[in-house]
Amino acid sequence: MARSTSRPLSPHLTIWKWGPAMAVSIMHRVTGNGLATAGALGLIWWLMAAATGPEAYATFVACATSPIGYLVMIGLSWFFFQHLFSGLRHFVLDMGAGYELKNNKMWSIATFVASLLTTGFVWLYIFGKAL
Amino acid sequence: MGTGTGIGRVRGLGSAKHGAHHWLAQRYSAVGNLLLVLWLVFSLLSLPGLDYESVVSWIHNPLVAVPLMLMVVSIFMHLRLGMQVMLEDYVHDKGLAFFSMLLLNFYAFGGAAAGVFAIAKIAFIGIVK
Repeated sequence: MARSTSRPLSPHLTIWKWGPAMAVSIMHRVTGNGLATAGALGLIWWLMAAATGPEAYATFVACATSPIGYLVMIGLSWFFFQHLFSGLRHFVLDMGAGYELKNNKMWSIATFVASLLTTGFVWLYIFGKAL
Repeated sequence: MGTGTGIGRVRGLGSAKHGAHHWLAQRYSAVGNLLLVLWLVFSLLSLPGLDYESVVSWIHNPLVAVPLMLMVVSIFMHLRLGMQVMLEDYVHDKGLAFFSMLLLNFYAFGGAAAGVFAIAKIAFIGIVK
């Protein structure tokens, strides 16, 4: 976008104090696009490997259960639950509810708490079952 | 201007004349994802194992293959709409914006087709020796 450099920009992003509502908003976009790229490609890889045969599936499992594979899967599962709880918050906001400052802040923080707890429980269950 | 009330004139249209179709489709597919991906997560957690034979014999069941296909379609519909909004916000050059929409549509339709094909192959053929 062309703009005259002799004129000042109106102050925007840099002058605001970061709050939970801003964090949950940008995280909704980050997690959504992370899931849309890495998550969706991983899902298709898993399905295609299963459709191709035992050897292709073994290659997928070897990658998925490597240290980096676990890191990606744990990250994607947190992205999924963050996007899920943040999406549920969007449904409430879409109905016109939850805009009071205190409520809005509380439910923004709640999405992070819920996503981290759920991710933790899921992986505790997986690693607990493997023991 | 028409003679109807204000709400009557704009209902279902909006300033873009496309109405709220994109916005609504994003919500419909979000509900689809919510139900279907949670179903996948709970199913995978309750499978006896995630080895080749367990996974393929699970997907081989029509009551699994059909919702799994719906999930893939819902996911790729939702990500197409979501990534479209992200690209519209960040890609300012007109040519690049057009090109990125082209790539996004290839990705979304190609990914959905690949996923549905893989599930259909497992559903019809099952375990490959």
